[in-house]
Formats: sequence, C-alpha cells, structure tokens
Amino acid sequence: MKPVKFEYMKPSDLAETMSALAAGDGFNIVLAGSQSLGPMMNFRLARPDRLIDISELDALKQVARADDHLFIGALVTHATIEDGALPDVTKGMMVHVASGIAYRAVRNRGTIGGSIAHADPAGDWPAALLALGAEVVIDGPNGARELAITEFQIDAFTVALEAGEVLHGFRVPILSDVARWGYHKIFRKPGDFADSIGAFVCDPQSGVARLVLGATDGAPLQLNAIASTIAETNGAGFDIEAARAALAETEETFEPFKARMHALALQRAVADAYKT
Amino acid sequence: MMDISITINDAEVTASVEPRTTLADFLRDQKRMTSIHLGCEHGVCGACTIMANGAPARSCIIYAVSCDGAVIQTIEGCDDDPIMAELRDAFTAHHGLQCGYCTPAMLMTARDIVTRLPHADSDRVRLELTGNICRCTGYAGIVRAIMAVLEQRRKVG
Repeated sequence: MKPVKFEYMKPSDLAETMSALAAGDGFNIVLAGSQSLGPMMNFRLARPDRLIDISELDALKQVARADDHLFIGALVTHATIEDGALPDVTKGMMVHVASGIAYRAVRNRGTIGGSIAHADPAGDWPAALLALGAEVVIDGPNGARELAITEFQIDAFTVALEAGEVLHGFRVPILSDVARWGYHKIFRKPGDFADSIGAFVCDPQSGVARLVLGATDGAPLQLNAIASTIAETNGAGFDIEAARAALAETEETFEPFKARMHALALQRAVADAYKT
Repeated sequence: MMDISITINDAEVTASVEPRTTLADFLRDQKRMTSIHLGCEHGVCGACTIMANGAPARSCIIYAVSCDGAVIQTIEGCDDDPIMAELRDAFTAHHGLQCGYCTPAMLMTARDIVTRLPHADSDRVRLELTGNICRCTGYAGIVRAIMAVLEQRRKVG
C-alpha cells in the first residue's frame, strides 16, 4: 500500500527539530532511517500529519569513548556497528546483534536510536541494550537528561520521550576482559522479526549480571534474581527447566508454545555465554 | 509538492514530488525505471533494492523527498559496470534466474556481496540473500552464480 498524505520537513539542527516537535500542531513523527516507520506507514498503521526527517543531523551521529562507557549517537546505523566501525566495548556483542538485524539493505539505513525509539518488542536493540545496561541520553527544550534504559522502555511502542524531546544517543558501559555475554534469537528465517530473544550479560569485575527476554508483548523483561544465580554458578544447571521456572516466577504469563520458545532462547543465550 | 535534486545513474535530476511518494514509485512512475519491482512494499521481499550512496537500500520504504542530494544507482545504470557484467554472465551460465522478477535487485545485492565480502563462502552468500526473495530458482543457481564470480575474482586477485 501507499502511505497517507503528510507534510515533510528536514530541520537543519537539533533546536529546529525540537521546536517543530514542541509546536504540537497535529501528529508529528520523527523519521530517522525509515526502516520501521516506512513499512508501518505503507500499511497505514502510522498516519502522521508531518514527518520530521532528522536523518542528516550530524549531531546525532557522534561516537565518543569515555573511561567507563561508549557514547553512541542515535543515528548510528546497524551496518556501521556490524562493520566494527565503533570501538568494541562489549566484547563483540553489539557487532553480533547488529549483524542479525533484518537484511543488509535495511541495516544500511536503520539506526540504533530509531530502533529504540520505535520500541517494537521484536526488535533487537531494546533487549540487547537492556542487557548491556545502557543509559539513554535525551535532548529536550529544557536541556539534556539521562535515563536508565529500564526507565526509558515502558511498553510495546512506548518510550519515555516527552513532547519536544529527541533521543540523542546511548551510553553503553564498557565490559571488562572477564565479562561474558550470550544472545540468542529464535526466528523463522534469518532477518525475520524474532519470535523470541534471550540476552545474557555478566561482568564479574563490576558485579553486573543481567538476563533479558525480548520479543514479548511489551518492553523486554529483566530476570534479575536468576541472572545473579547464573553468574555465581557460571551457568551450571541453567537448563530448559530452570529457564521455564524462572519465567514462571515473573509476573508475565505466556502461552505454552511461547513459554517453551522463550525458555529455550534464555537457556541458549546463557549456554552461549559460558561456551568457552 | 517539494523540489528535489538527485543523481540517478550519473545524471543530475531535478523533480517535484509529493512527500508521500516513495523513491520506488518516483523512479518507476516518473523516471520509467521499471527494473524496480514492488513486491511487498514493506522492506521484506527485496525486489525494489537499489544503491543509495553506494549501499543497497529498499526504495519502497524511503521517500523520494528524503533523498534530496543522494546518489542513486539502478540496474539501468550498470551497463558499463565490470562487476555487474561478470554477475550477469554468471547468472546466465548458472541459471540464476527464471521469471526475472527478482533479478535486478538480486544483482544489486550480489554486487554488494562481491565487493563487501570478497571471502564469503556459499553459506555466507545464502545468509546475505535472505533479504531477496526468489520464487522460481530455489536459490541454488543464484548462489552458484555469485560463488563463481567470487571465486573468479579471488583467482585473479
């Protein structure tokens, strides 16, 4: 299908973007890589009055390494991450995640910030950045603010951006040499949206352990208690039954088929983390 | 309507487009570049794949208006491209097409594989092709064709 009629503007800087967003006249949507919004507009699931195209704002493409984190601008593409153009602070995890997103033609334009702001539960970055413990940097009319990604991701297609705010980028903590990660996605074919995502990150040096379930009905789910146990026991005994038990302890309920798939994704993510 | 200026197959083009006109519709309807096929119109089938600023992109889910200043290449502009000539010959020799619907975009993706992943094996080629659907060949001929070009280029060095 074809999208509805809409107005289009391409602001030349962040200030212009924010004032356009804050103006509040009609339904404005920010356009980054257009790889999720484009399909949704063709389906007419999204019917904006105006698109605000930020895809050429250099301020949102910056990458900077600090002592304890890597800052990644919202407009960095999946392909840029896949190609290893960024300093590798996650022992290859982000490269792995990026290379599994959709297809190369999509990764060439799709952005990490667009993926997070769009908040499709089946997307990769919402689960991966939650497992990595990223912080979200937001620009707004009243200046910049930071939010833990746990606070930012509220529900399916729902994030904590206020009127007039623009997602600026992410602070991804640097993993130590002894850190481990696993990321397992269940899909019909490579490039398809995930039926389930398991993501596990643990770093004994900082004491961090996170197990995340993605491709749920809402925001990705953190399984904190079991993640600590897994880290203490180096993944020993975390079999499919343990994964199902961990899922059963959450407040979410899953259809039996979904529950099995989710348990398998979690178990395989942990197994991958302790493979070597 | 909004005015844009795009480079299409080495020619500077100015045009007036509605914001909601996709790049694919603009290229097909206004520029008569009918190598671009609209299969799914949501970025999955890959039949509309073109090169935008040197990298493969889905022309069905990006807007012409957002391509102001971009450099676009379609299969119509690949006549003199030596890699594309090798790929065309290989697709013919290895039965890499049947009905031809997916072929222009398949060649675009194949060119990207050959240039970006010169050491790819056939498993990798298959993985890279998951974004281009072919309903005739079963992919075997396409994979053989791309592998033949890769191997020939590796031999030449």
